[in-house]
Amino acid sequence: MKVNSRGRFAAVVAMAGVTALGLAGCASDSANEGASGGGDAEAPSSTLTVWVDAERVDALQAVADAYTEKSGVEVELVGKDNATIKDDFIQQVPTGEGPDITMGAHDWLGELATNGVVAPLELGDAAGDFLDVAVEASTYDGTVYMLPYAVENIAMLRNAELVPEAATSFDDMIAKGQAAGLETPFVVEQGAEGNPYHLYPFQTAFGAPVFGTNENGYDATDLQLGSAGGEEFATWLGEQGGKGAFNTDIDGDIAKQAFLDGTAAFWLTGPWNVGAAVDAGIDVAIDPVPSPTGQPASPFAGVKGFFVSAESDDKVAANDFLVNYLGSEEAQLALFEAGNILPALSSAAETASSDPIIGGFATVGAEAVPMPAIPEMGAVWQYWGIAEAEIINGADPVATWQKFAADVQAAIG
Amino acid sequence: MTDTLSGAETATEDPKPTARQRRARSIADQAGGGLASVIVKIAALAIVDAIAVYAALVLFGHEQWIVLAAVVLVAGIVNWVYFSRRALAAKYLAPGLIFLCLFQVFVLVYTGYVAFTNYGTGHNGSKEQAVASLMASALERVSDSASYPTTVVEAGGEIGLLVTTPDGEALLGTAEQPLAPVDAGFDGDKAVSAPGWTTLQFADVLERTDQITELAVPFSDDPNDGALRTPDGASAYLYTSTLEYDEAAGTLTDLRSGTVYSDLGTGAFTAPDGTEILPGWQVTVGFDNFIRAVTDARLASPLVYVTIWTFAFALISVASTFFLGLFLAIAFNSARMRGRRTYRVLMILPYAVPSFLSALVWAGMMNQSFGFLNEVIFGGADIPWLTDPVLAKVSVLIVNLWLGFPYMFLVCTGALQAIPEELQEAATVDGAKPWAVFRLIKLPLLLVSVAPLLIASFAFNFNNFNIVYMLTNGGPRDSEAPIPVGHTDLLISMVYKVAFTGQTRDYGLASAYSIIIFIIVAVISVIAFRRTKSLEELNG
Repeated sequence: MKVNSRGRFAAVVAMAGVTALGLAGCASDSANEGASGGGDAEAPSSTLTVWVDAERVDALQAVADAYTEKSGVEVELVGKDNATIKDDFIQQVPTGEGPDITMGAHDWLGELATNGVVAPLELGDAAGDFLDVAVEASTYDGTVYMLPYAVENIAMLRNAELVPEAATSFDDMIAKGQAAGLETPFVVEQGAEGNPYHLYPFQTAFGAPVFGTNENGYDATDLQLGSAGGEEFATWLGEQGGKGAFNTDIDGDIAKQAFLDGTAAFWLTGPWNVGAAVDAGIDVAIDPVPSPTGQPASPFAGVKGFFVSAESDDKVAANDFLVNYLGSEEAQLALFEAGNILPALSSAAETASSDPIIGGFATVGAEAVPMPAIPEMGAVWQYWGIAEAEIINGADPVATWQKFAADVQAAIG
Repeated sequence: MTDTLSGAETATEDPKPTARQRRARSIADQAGGGLASVIVKIAALAIVDAIAVYAALVLFGHEQWIVLAAVVLVAGIVNWVYFSRRALAAKYLAPGLIFLCLFQVFVLVYTGYVAFTNYGTGHNGSKEQAVASLMASALERVSDSASYPTTVVEAGGEIGLLVTTPDGEALLGTAEQPLAPVDAGFDGDKAVSAPGWTTLQFADVLERTDQITELAVPFSDDPNDGALRTPDGASAYLYTSTLEYDEAAGTLTDLRSGTVYSDLGTGAFTAPDGTEILPGWQVTVGFDNFIRAVTDARLASPLVYVTIWTFAFALISVASTFFLGLFLAIAFNSARMRGRRTYRVLMILPYAVPSFLSALVWAGMMNQSFGFLNEVIFGGADIPWLTDPVLAKVSVLIVNLWLGFPYMFLVCTGALQAIPEELQEAATVDGAKPWAVFRLIKLPLLLVSVAPLLIASFAFNFNNFNIVYMLTNGGPRDSEAPIPVGHTDLLISMVYKVAFTGQTRDYGLASAYSIIIFIIVAVISVIAFRRTKSLEELNG
């Protein structure tokens, strides 16, 4: 044991040092985030800590700097992994370590509000300047909690070289694709557990929304899934599954590859995939979702925005930054240019729509309905995709659909 | 290792060293260390202490008392250990123990604590936070009310709001004093100053954030008219509240329906008819989570077959990987085999690729319509690898075999090479057949050294969340079950789904489950280790 004790001494002491560093590291990390709160102990000017999807930090940096220049309030952007940002926010806000503001999606709202971690936001007169769908999505139980900055929805991407004209209906789309010599003209992301988000436009075309609505938004006590329209949709889905128009073996990557390779001319997807198609040299056109019934096929709208923490000590600055600054046309356009998705502010959306792709999505989005943010939606997601996947793969459509509606009803209670 | 060490020590020393011997030994120790090592030691400790002092100062500034105490305690222990002449063993153990406490003991204790609380969606923070949040969301802007351009003013430490009505009239009020007309100075259409009041600039407003967020200026003498509040210091709106909090009685009253919600100790305000309003707060709930974990009607039936499959998965995985690894190890141990090194390197490859990645790649290869297996290996067959309940189980086992056999191969190669060649020669001379040599001599000897690793492997596979989550996500789903559980879900992935999918998190229940799983694995391991011991005695 005495052999080479000097080397060991050094190693052991170094390890102890690392431990202390680790402890200090953990501590100072959390201390930094808490620092935004201790406004009066620090410098007189406030600091807003903002959690941002790591991919959008650069987009927001210029906007944040401009606000600092205008108001003297420091804005510290912290890039976070989009997959963990919501759970981290919910866990850290009650401890006082969370940020003042976080970026997020409107369908988190029910969960955030139930956990009491978001503060209501007063849009004031600005509420009328936003797209209706954006304000609707930012409202939970009659109260606005989110400053919307972008609206996202899916639409039909069409390879204009293969099929030069937009399809007028679902059957027309398949026919046009087959006329162009394609075996599978249309692809949509599904996977073994289904993907109801991407099938929802077809479901709405049959007049079967998930929940009914009342003056406060979606009404959890009014589950509409089991309606006659739902059964018709299920029957249609089963037929199309039998014909191979829908396939649960096609996941996001396979669908993308099929469109990029030109083996599929239609791809039902969102703006996040357009870049890849354009980069692949495909002449992309954005069409409304072809309806199987003649009724409009409305996709879900997902609205992105910013929430103020319920425990923020700088609520005034946070409100000012969001409502009076990020809600301005200038800031919304700056965010649009960096992120390339449709702004939530009507005037900015109009400017942005001059781009044919954004404009295409905006046209489809005019028909879109906000994805329900009520916590009961969690129960729906749990069973929805599985039921649809089973129907596509040949299960009895009506029976499966009714069992799904009953399961959801039981889970909601 | 420890056995041999203590054995060596007792062999070289007399049972009880005298005082002189001990002194001589400590002098020798110091002399052996030399000046250089003392300098290294002091320098290293100085660095540790400097970091600790810095950390302590930062923590002091941010009033993080618990972490501060931990840093000071750890720094104190480290200094004592390395300056003491008596704590020789601690010098080697201290860093490991500190890491153990930081990363293992703390996590275990915290999990244990959470298992006895209702921590989860809707019960996320303290009661004060819940009340504050409920009161904030109960504020409703009076419909069709105007927005009032606002200037925040101050006089004698009291904050007031100077607002401009849509008609261009200036009104001023404070928390005590309802809005009243005032003779104000205007900047454009907006009243910006009032006699006897100081106008606050934006920076001053920010400094008084707390006061301004709290400030509610009554609109008139009648409280039912609501109050003006300003969220940003620049505009005020007229709000009424739908909830009233009575701090003395601890009750919330819904002003519209008249329902009184009271705190019954369940972690949320509850109406007489049992409805709760959320958010609630965290309370300890005793053994409720454990009782729910085993009695929840929704979980009862899936729990049984998931448990059976979990045991089957862990046992088959250990057995299959061990025997394949052993077979390959024996094959490559044979001197007649050519190119053994190349093969050995190839065998290790699956082990070198991260298991997350491998599982994802396998999931792609097993896709029914587009997968490599069906398309290329089986010539366009339509085998539902991951979507048929039985085949999915087989697929998970196959992929786990692929991921796990290199480890067993390495272990067995090492253990085989440690078995003396003479044993085999002697047995062969005695006329034993190769199979008999393997079964009666090699395998028992091998098991002595490998059995503890097999038990560890069982414990690992029992909780092998990665492969299930990445390959099948527990699927294909059991559409009969009332919870989203699938045919390949292990206990751990079922717990994950119950506690963390959807929009409701239940950390209390998840912690209770993980403690139950821990107890199962611990009991099995203890029993298995006892058996291994008897195996050792048999051979020894």
